[in-house]
Amino acid sequence: MPSRRYSVFAIAREALRQHQGWNRAWTSPEPRDRYKVVIVGAGGHGLATAYYLGRNFGITDVAVIEKGWLGGGNTGRNTTIIRSNYLQDPSAAIYDKALKLYETLSQDLNYNVMFSPRGLIMLAQTEHEVRGYRRTVHANTLQGVATEWIDARRVKQLVPIINIDGPRYPVLGGLYQARGGTARHDAVAWGYARACSDMGMHIIQNCEVTGIETENGQVRAVNTAKGRIGCDKLALVVAGHSSQLAAMAGFRLPIESVPLQAMVSEPIKPCMDVVVMANTVHGYMSQSDKGEMVIGGGTDSYNAFTQRGSWHHIEETVRALIETFPMISRLKMLRQWGGIVDMTGDRSPILSATPVGGIFVNCGWGTGGFKAIPGSGWAMAELVAQGRPGPLAAAFGMNRFREGRFIDESVAAGVAH
Amino acid sequence: MLILLCPYCGVKAEETELSPGGEAHLKRIGPDGTAEEFEAYLFARKNLKGVHFERWRHAYGCGKWFLAARDTHTMQVYGTYKAQTAHATDEIVANARQARPEWVPDWPQASEAVVG
Repeated sequence: MPSRRYSVFAIAREALRQHQGWNRAWTSPEPRDRYKVVIVGAGGHGLATAYYLGRNFGITDVAVIEKGWLGGGNTGRNTTIIRSNYLQDPSAAIYDKALKLYETLSQDLNYNVMFSPRGLIMLAQTEHEVRGYRRTVHANTLQGVATEWIDARRVKQLVPIINIDGPRYPVLGGLYQARGGTARHDAVAWGYARACSDMGMHIIQNCEVTGIETENGQVRAVNTAKGRIGCDKLALVVAGHSSQLAAMAGFRLPIESVPLQAMVSEPIKPCMDVVVMANTVHGYMSQSDKGEMVIGGGTDSYNAFTQRGSWHHIEETVRALIETFPMISRLKMLRQWGGIVDMTGDRSPILSATPVGGIFVNCGWGTGGFKAIPGSGWAMAELVAQGRPGPLAAAFGMNRFREGRFIDESVAAGVAH
Repeated sequence: MLILLCPYCGVKAEETELSPGGEAHLKRIGPDGTAEEFEAYLFARKNLKGVHFERWRHAYGCGKWFLAARDTHTMQVYGTYKAQTAHATDEIVANARQARPEWVPDWPQASEAVVG
């Protein structure tokens, strides 16, 4: 049964009926024997891919299968930052597409994703960063992405709690994107899931993929915890475990998996209404609508799948942030967690056909996939539906590593996303 | 915190004392390699969830490169060994097999060792 449209009238009507009339936001069907398209991974990227397959291409014979629960991977573990101030043209194009889609996503999905374009500052705390960010501002101007360079005084105006005169990490200025901000990460997954379910797609949770069946170099089916599911096309959208899925299909990806950590403080009164990223010290911070300070840290520098991460990264992040934001030194941290991120050699994602016919991958978003979800889904849907990449995905093929066509973002956005 | 025994100086080093160097036992490709071989050498990694052989440098200690066998899923360390080695020692293989009986080394095995 399609879910009921959310509106102020629906709330008023249900208020008079003890809220008995709400349907489940999405259904949980048993898998059929076969689908036209099977998407592995019901995180933001997988669900967005399904949504735009249905909306832009009319393909609704789609199953999204997920080993855990919907949005329980990196979609529910990130620090919800959205921005599009990238250095390279292909990155700026796909991330800005995503940002534009985020701006109207709540209306498109009829689901409040709480997109909050509160502005975002990337602090320059070394002379090298000053030069790097000025260059990014020039690049963004040419790309049509509105960003500006602001001096330390203006940073202090926008973020009164900041200390710009730190002895070790002084604030020299910042790269400011007024359109950047945050959104509610779970709601993005839930909103897409609801819209996909309404189109008749199947979202199948607790259904781990155990093998991929191929015949004459063409995908035939996936074997899962809930049995064999046939498919014409298979999209692997499983950040963190992309290498494992690729191995099942018999190819390798230029990916290494590392834990990335984040933490959240006790809730406090509103004190910072922009997102601040400090890339030199690998820390970034925003205040959630609940009042918690959400803090993102760095990645471990060795492969692991622990969803935990090394303690010393937390210490380093917090130590550095305390100099820049002295008031957070008295805050208690409520939770700390890790997610497993795919890192590629050039720190840019892969949206690509693969050596196996009918299998497509969307992976390698590294430490910054959340902001890209709508753009990634849009581009991936084009790739899956047409069998070849559209303009957004064209530069992100996995062959770029063989051909030396890197999209080098490791300087522009080394760790913090 | 990850702790590895440096096989050169014998120090039990915490990870902040070490620099990771990625997957071990990569085969270098010379000037006559093909584009595919160079791609594999530079970028394609096993990225295994399980027994992983990797390079480490005792950066704030003796400064030497060594190799470690670590489980990327459980973080168990199966042992460390010197860099001038073609593959892990039998003892490390035994440790790994004990924790993961389904795992088999991906290098050719010597015939059964003669005891005595």
